[in-house]
Amino acid sequence: MIRFLVHRTTIAVLVALTVSIIGFGLLRLSGDLAAALAGDTAKPEQIAQVAHLYGLDRPLYVQYLDWADRALHGDLGRSLFDNKPVAQLIGERIGVTVQLSLMSLAYALAIAIPLGVLAATRPNSWIDRLSLGLAVFGQAVPNFWFGLILIIVFGVTLRWLPISGSDHFVNFILPTVTLGTSVIPAIMRVTRTGMLDALDSDYIRMARAKGLSAASVLFKHALRNAILPVVSLTAVSLGFLLGGSVIVESVFALNGIGFLAFQSILRTDFPVVQSIVVFVSFAYIVLTLLSDVINAYLDPRIRIG
Amino acid sequence: MTSIERDRLTLPTGPAYELEAPSPRAVMRRRALTHPGFLFGATVMIGTVLVAIFAPLLTSYDPFAQDLAQRLIPPVWSAKGSFAHLLGTDGFGRDYLTRLIYGARISLIVGFGAAGISGIIGTSLGLIGGYFGGRVDSVVMYLVNVKLALPGVLVALSLIAVFGGSVTVVVTVLGLLFWDRFVVVTRSVTQQLRINDYVAAAEAVGASSRRIILGEILPNVLNHIIVIASLEMATAILVEAALSFLGLGIRPPTPSWGLMISEGRNFMFFQPYLVAIPGVAIFLLVIAINMLGDGIRDITAPEGRN
Repeated sequence: MIRFLVHRTTIAVLVALTVSIIGFGLLRLSGDLAAALAGDTAKPEQIAQVAHLYGLDRPLYVQYLDWADRALHGDLGRSLFDNKPVAQLIGERIGVTVQLSLMSLAYALAIAIPLGVLAATRPNSWIDRLSLGLAVFGQAVPNFWFGLILIIVFGVTLRWLPISGSDHFVNFILPTVTLGTSVIPAIMRVTRTGMLDALDSDYIRMARAKGLSAASVLFKHALRNAILPVVSLTAVSLGFLLGGSVIVESVFALNGIGFLAFQSILRTDFPVVQSIVVFVSFAYIVLTLLSDVINAYLDPRIRIG
Repeated sequence: MTSIERDRLTLPTGPAYELEAPSPRAVMRRRALTHPGFLFGATVMIGTVLVAIFAPLLTSYDPFAQDLAQRLIPPVWSAKGSFAHLLGTDGFGRDYLTRLIYGARISLIVGFGAAGISGIIGTSLGLIGGYFGGRVDSVVMYLVNVKLALPGVLVALSLIAVFGGSVTVVVTVLGLLFWDRFVVVTRSVTQQLRINDYVAAAEAVGASSRRIILGEILPNVLNHIIVIASLEMATAILVEAALSFLGLGIRPPTPSWGLMISEGRNFMFFQPYLVAIPGVAIFLLVIAINMLGDGIRDITAPEGRN
């Protein structure tokens, strides 16, 4: 187990390092940063002055190390747009994104797992077909468009729910359905496949032969084994939801980090974009590391193999 | 037991057997013609390709021609609609059906282009990692992990903001961002194929690694690659629509379906069809591509289901 932990953590750190370099490179891609900072009318001397002031005249690797050092101490630089510290901007908005992601995940799990289990216990029944249809829908519907349709139906025609803002719980209902629907198909398919495999196994036949109740066989024996891949998929999905919230937050004008990233891209405010990219990547890396460790703990075959 | 002995033991020989067994091609054709998902997917896909190619013959309108006197005419099924504009007109008085037809070109170019680029990158990495194993494989998996950790849509948005929203840039960026599934699948299939006798035989006669990978392994991985390519094509079409909708993908006045939804959004409370129609088009095309991919998998390798 220790060996597994060390190995897996080393990879995670290496990946995190690479991602931070890519995130840093993203800022440089935007062209001459000093020229952008100095403005359109700046003379070459003024640009050089700005470059010196911000340390942009140093070699790239020095700038990276400096940036990484500050980032590790919580200083992500300042926004080029309103000069606020990036860490503060992200801190103010991260709550909305986390709430949206967690609600979407809860909604997706609440629909996908029961449907996946039912579909596996009754293959080719109407419930299996319904879950398949839902999976096809969730996979193919453009989620920004689904959000707009929900706004037209529930916000404008029926007037049941608010269509923008992020102050209240009800503001999150439509965005949650929009975002969560996109991760339902994968979770449902993995649950169904896992359950089908488990139900077909010798230990389930054994459990049934011993005369255990159907509920006990299903939930205590089959689901516990089938749920393992769902655990890792859940972690991956949460990372995906954090990153994918950029579209849904923009549709519903939810003031989270996705919307902030979108606005910052439009304003070419690259310090903010760069920090959010690296931040979301790190969240994903930590989540998948956690899920791998949990899985290894639950399933000895993984940590030995 | 060698595989030759095993074949002798299990396969009955003789004229009767040879007469009865249908060729693999015939088996596949029968499976294809009885697979409703495949038939639906193939029909919609071929239809869309034909519409995209023959767009100028299908409509007499110019997709860019604005006519402000003809603004916001509703579709033909509405009371105020007319047969002159079957799907109505948009906020600039452009014929909506014409824009929809020309928009199919963008979606297909983006889908095929991005899936092609990511397919080449991902398949190469997967073949190399799966064939050589060891350190090489670790490097490949490390690259996949880095790719998975990056928020794809966000990176795509930033890159397109920097390089501009031409079709070429969008295709390239999407192609460079969505190759991970190709790697994962190609790699695991290659690992399984690598231990086969025909690979050992090729090695024994001194074939180079390159020749074994391209000549022995790649042909056997191809049907898996086609399935992943269909999935990635669908993803690319969805992401392009989302990027264009956000204003950071294809630039106006090019008729991209995502962009049409974005432009229709200004009128969505009174002319909801402007938002609904292009969305349904994306939805149907993506469903068709997914069903086509699933169908190809069922037909070429039915054991791979679930």
